[in-house]
Amino acid sequence: MNEILKLLEEDSRYTPHEIAAMTGKDEEYVRDTVKRCEDEHIINGYTALIDWDRTSEEAVTAFIEVKITPQRDDGYDRIARRIYQYEEVESLYLMSGSFDFSVIVTGKSLREVSRFVAEKLAPIEGVISTATHFIMKRYKDKHRAFIVEPEQEERTLFV
Amino acid sequence: MMDYDNIMSKNVKTLKPSGIRKFFDILDNMTDAISLGIGEPDFVTPWHIREAGVYSLEQGYTKYTSNAGLSRLRAAISEYLDRRFGLRYDPNGQIFVTVGGSEAIDLCIRSVLNAGDEVIIPVPSFVCYGPLVTMANGVPVYVETKAENEFKLTADELRAAITPSTKLVVLPFPNNPTGGIMEREDLEAIAEVLKDTDIMVLSDEIYAELTYGQKHVSPANLPELYDRTLVVNGFSKAYAMTGWRLGYVCGPAPLLKQMLKIHQYGIMSAPTTSQYAAVEALKNGDGDIEMMRDSYDRRRRLLLKGLRDLGLECFEPRGAFYMFPSIKSSGLSSDEFCTRFLREEKVAVIPGTAFGEGGEGFVRICYASSVQNIETALERMDGFLKRLR
Repeated sequence: MNEILKLLEEDSRYTPHEIAAMTGKDEEYVRDTVKRCEDEHIINGYTALIDWDRTSEEAVTAFIEVKITPQRDDGYDRIARRIYQYEEVESLYLMSGSFDFSVIVTGKSLREVSRFVAEKLAPIEGVISTATHFIMKRYKDKHRAFIVEPEQEERTLFV
Repeated sequence: MMDYDNIMSKNVKTLKPSGIRKFFDILDNMTDAISLGIGEPDFVTPWHIREAGVYSLEQGYTKYTSNAGLSRLRAAISEYLDRRFGLRYDPNGQIFVTVGGSEAIDLCIRSVLNAGDEVIIPVPSFVCYGPLVTMANGVPVYVETKAENEFKLTADELRAAITPSTKLVVLPFPNNPTGGIMEREDLEAIAEVLKDTDIMVLSDEIYAELTYGQKHVSPANLPELYDRTLVVNGFSKAYAMTGWRLGYVCGPAPLLKQMLKIHQYGIMSAPTTSQYAAVEALKNGDGDIEMMRDSYDRRRRLLLKGLRDLGLECFEPRGAFYMFPSIKSSGLSSDEFCTRFLREEKVAVIPGTAFGEGGEGFVRICYASSVQNIETALERMDGFLKRLR
């Protein structure tokens, strides 16, 4: 199963036919495994890695450190749920160290993201403080470099 | 006017130019062509290895090294060969560092041949052995390996090729272009044939780390062959370091001592930056090897299944990163097949004939290319074959 998952993580467009050929498993098995992983939320979706900076789309991303007071009974989860339900939140992690949540938020402009922090995130009950860092340039995401290095020159050789 | 034709070394003139030049000329004028022609890893050298090279430059290590190579690199090679393949070589005297496996092959050939000595070369195989033998005033003796023997060199084939002039047998396994390997019992049979002769073995093990389903066995692993074997290996294929031009040779100290003279006069020392990077590769690169090998293995399976689904007969390669399917059913010669496949479908593969006799009726496809390229090539091959039928 893990081999199949690793391949899908590498490129989620691999077809069951290709994965079967690459792993030496049969196609039926691959289909069943993928289906089961989807059902069990081991696979939580498929998406593309897009460098919006190369498009005309205006987009900003911020990484926000959030400190909270854990709630009785629910610990961190209740506040987390209140945060991640927002469309604007791309990722949310509970962290060890000097703050509690790392929230990654996307928006069309600095103002939009700032407003989200001020009007939605900061007022949530239990949130003590926020520190917003805007992402200036994305070099690498999900193991893929976003910078395209120039190709080595054309070669004529026989090996 | 200078008569260059007359000036030129006769030996050089007899060398055939590589027959695939024309493919590059066609390729050059094509857009959206897929090349499965060049045989090299599609990975960039792992960063920690590149970084070690960069760091050595920052430190100012820009001078020659000893002729034999950095002592710490030779020590690392010795440790690596023992750890990965159970081969024992003394870093002082039994190992030296060369400019790629290619230089090591040249040195082995030049250091043992006298004019007229014969060298047995199994074909299909990489193109360099015969011309290097010719340049050393030796005589290449080609032995065709067969698909039905999994492209191994058999004891009978070897025995039939041996004459009183035989000096050296090349064992190019894992093999480019067939993907054939030699297993321990195959080598034992070779050892039996060579017993009581003075024939040396040149084992080109540049693909030793890239075997699928079984570990590589070197002739030098056999006590009865150890003393007559020169092992050539390098960093290009195992660590995706082709452009660093770094290899090495291991073998009997008296031979290497003589061989080192040719290296000393012709080369001085292998590139220093590359040597520092290579130390890092040997010390911390096992994980990279596994990662790349697993990746090639997946693509090997994908291409093998794809070719067989198209109805092509194909030996399952057990090493390196090439597939060598038979295209006899197409009714075309290897050369026609490759030329038309490139012109009509824009996919470059290499005719088997480029690798010597016995290559007619086969093509070499390198699967060190993206899954997407392999899939597209297979689709185009499907269309191509259908039109031929």
